[in-house]
Amino acid sequence: MGRTLAQKVWDDHVVRRAEGEPDLLYIDLHLTHEVTSPQAFDGLRAAGRSVRRKDLTIATEDHNVPTTDIDKPIVDPISRAQIEALRINTKEFGIENYELGNKEQGIVHIIAPQSGLTQPGMTIVCGDSHTSTHGAFGSIGMGIGTSEVEHVLATQTLPLKPFKTMAITVNGKLPVGVTAKDLILAIITEIGTGGGQGYILEYRGEAIRALSMEGRMTMCNMSIEAGARAGMIAPDETTFEYVKGREHAPKGADWDAAVAYWKTLPTDADAVFDREVIIDATKLSPFVTWGTNPGQGAPLSANVPSPDDFTDEVDKKATEKALEYMDLKAGMKIRDIKIDTVFIGSCTNGRIEDLRAAAEILKGKKIADGMRMMVVPGSVRVRLEAMAEGLDKVFADAGAEWREAGCSMCLGMNPDKLSPGERSASTSNRNFEGRQGPGGRTHLVSPAVAAATAIRGTLSSPADLVGSN
Amino acid sequence: MDKFTVHTGTAAPLRESNVDTDQIIPAEYLKRITRHGFEDGLFNSWRKDANFVLNRPAYQGVSILVAGPDFGTGSSREHAVWALMDYGFKVVISSRFADIFRGNSGKQGLLTAAVEQSAVEQLWKIIEEDPTTPVTVDLEGQVITAAGFTTKFEVDSYVRWRLMEGLDDIGLTLKHVDEISAFEAKRPSFKPTTV
Repeated sequence: MGRTLAQKVWDDHVVRRAEGEPDLLYIDLHLTHEVTSPQAFDGLRAAGRSVRRKDLTIATEDHNVPTTDIDKPIVDPISRAQIEALRINTKEFGIENYELGNKEQGIVHIIAPQSGLTQPGMTIVCGDSHTSTHGAFGSIGMGIGTSEVEHVLATQTLPLKPFKTMAITVNGKLPVGVTAKDLILAIITEIGTGGGQGYILEYRGEAIRALSMEGRMTMCNMSIEAGARAGMIAPDETTFEYVKGREHAPKGADWDAAVAYWKTLPTDADAVFDREVIIDATKLSPFVTWGTNPGQGAPLSANVPSPDDFTDEVDKKATEKALEYMDLKAGMKIRDIKIDTVFIGSCTNGRIEDLRAAAEILKGKKIADGMRMMVVPGSVRVRLEAMAEGLDKVFADAGAEWREAGCSMCLGMNPDKLSPGERSASTSNRNFEGRQGPGGRTHLVSPAVAAATAIRGTLSSPADLVGSN
Repeated sequence: MDKFTVHTGTAAPLRESNVDTDQIIPAEYLKRITRHGFEDGLFNSWRKDANFVLNRPAYQGVSILVAGPDFGTGSSREHAVWALMDYGFKVVISSRFADIFRGNSGKQGLLTAAVEQSAVEQLWKIIEEDPTTPVTVDLEGQVITAAGFTTKFEVDSYVRWRLMEGLDDIGLTLKHVDEISAFEAKRPSFKPTTV
C-alpha cells in the first residue's frame, strides 16, 4: 500500500524502531528562542551534557523583544534577563544566535524559511507550537516542550509515536478576496480545536496547490489551533522555486539530488488517510473569530451566534462564556463590531505578502479616527524588503505605526499589549482570553480584513470599502 | 523523576472546556528562567475571582484536577505543567488532552488520565457533593476510584512505563547513541546546516 507524505518523511527519519517503544526520530533542524530554552540549557549543564549538533541548531530573539527603540536596553528587567540568558547559553554551548539588531533576527518561523533552512522532507522542531508553519514545505514541523528541547539539544533525536494522518482536501478555487487565512480559520471552525489531536494534517486539493508559499505557511502555522501538532503540504514547483537560490538551499549537484528526492515525497495515489475532510473553496468568504478560541469563528457576513444555536452542552456553555468575555450580544452583525486596535504581524501573517496585501488596501486612505494600528514585520529582512518597496510610507501615511521585527502583540510578553477591555482585529493566531494582554479581546482576521477594518473602524472586508471613502 | 504508582488525594472540579495553556499560565510568567516557582501564575486571571474553584476553602490542598474536554490546548509552554505541579497537582483528568501538553506532562511526571466525558461528569458530581472525597488514581491498574465509583483511564503505555519507573528520557535515548551516529553517517549531503 502507498504511503502519505507524512509517513514518508517520518520513515526517512527513524533512527530506531522497537516493539512497544516510540520511534526514535532524527531531527534535521532545531530552532530555539529565549522563552522555552533557558531551563533546557540549565538541564544540560546540570547533567554535564553538550549540544550534539550545533550545526543543526539556531537561535533567535523574538517573543520578548520590543518593537520600538531597539537600540536602547530592554526596559523590562525580566525580559532583559531572559534575552541575556539566551546570549550566555548560546555562547557557552556554541550555537549561533541572531540577536536583536542583527539583520537575520526575527520571528523564529519567519527566519528559517526566508534563509532557506526550511526545505522539503525535513523534521523541524522548536519549543513553540507554531513550528507547524514549516510543514508548508512538505516537512514535519512540530512544537515541543522544554524537556524535549533539552532532549533534542543533547541527542538530536526525539522519541515519538507515529501520528494518524488526516487529509484536508480543499476543492475548487478560492473566490477573489478570500485568502489562506480565511480558509484556515474556516477549517478550524469546521473540525474544532480538538479535531486534529493525534493527527498530522495534510492540506491538499486545487485551492491549496494554487496558494503561494507564504499562504501555505499561514495555513500550516494554524494547524495547532485545530489541535494538530503538525500540518503539511506536498512540495511542488512552487516550493522548489521558493527554496532555490536561498542562502542555505542546496547548490549544484546537491540541488539536483535534493529535488529528485523531494519529488518522491507527495502522498501516493493508493495511500489511505485515517480521516478525510473535504472543503468546498468556492463557498468560502472572509472569515473571522467572534469567541475566545480559534474554533469559534464565522463568516464576516454572519451574525454573532447564540448559545442556543448549539446542541452540545459543552459548546453551549463555552459560547455563553465567550460572549460574556468578548462583550458581544448574540444575534448582532459581526460587521457591526467596533474595533480599537488593528495588529498586522506574527508568524501567521508577518511576511512580505501579508504586508503587501494590507498596503494595497491602505494606499491613499486613512485609518478611522481613534483607531490604533500597528504593522510589525516578522523579521528584519521582511522589514527591509517592505521599506525598499515603500510600504512603510503607505502605512505611516494612513496613520499606522511601522515597527521593528518581533512577535509583538501576538502574545503578552513584550510592551505591545491590549489594555483591559480593548478590542483588536489581529492577524495573529490565538484569541484566547488575555492572550494579547490581560482583559484584551481578540478577533482573528486576515491581513486584508485587518486593513479594511482599520479604515472603517468596524470588522470589514476590502469589498466593504467599494463605494465608500 | 519520582516514580508514580498509585496516588490518592482530593480533587477539584474545573467545569471548563478548552482550557488553553494561556489560561493555565499567562505569557507574562514565561519570562522566568528557572524551572520552579510557577504556582503563583497558575490560572492567574481566573484566580482573581474569589469564587474560582481553587479559591474555595473546600478545595484547598487538592492534588487532582478534573477538567472539561480539550485541556491544555494552544501554546507548547511546558510552564503550564510546571505551574500545575508546583501548585501541588499530581494528576489531571479530562476526556481529551492537547498533544503537546500531554507529551510535556509525561516528561515531567504529571499524569494525564483520559476518561469518557460521562466519567468526568460523574467525578464532578462526587467531588462537588463532598469535596473531601478521596480520589485514588492507580497507574498500574489504570483505574480511578472515588466514593464507590470506578472508571478505567487511558494513558500511553510507554509513558506509563516511564512514569512507573521514574526514568529520564535523555538517559534512555543516549543508550542508543551508536544508532544515532550510524544514522547521521548516512544523511544526504544536501541537508542544510546552520553554519
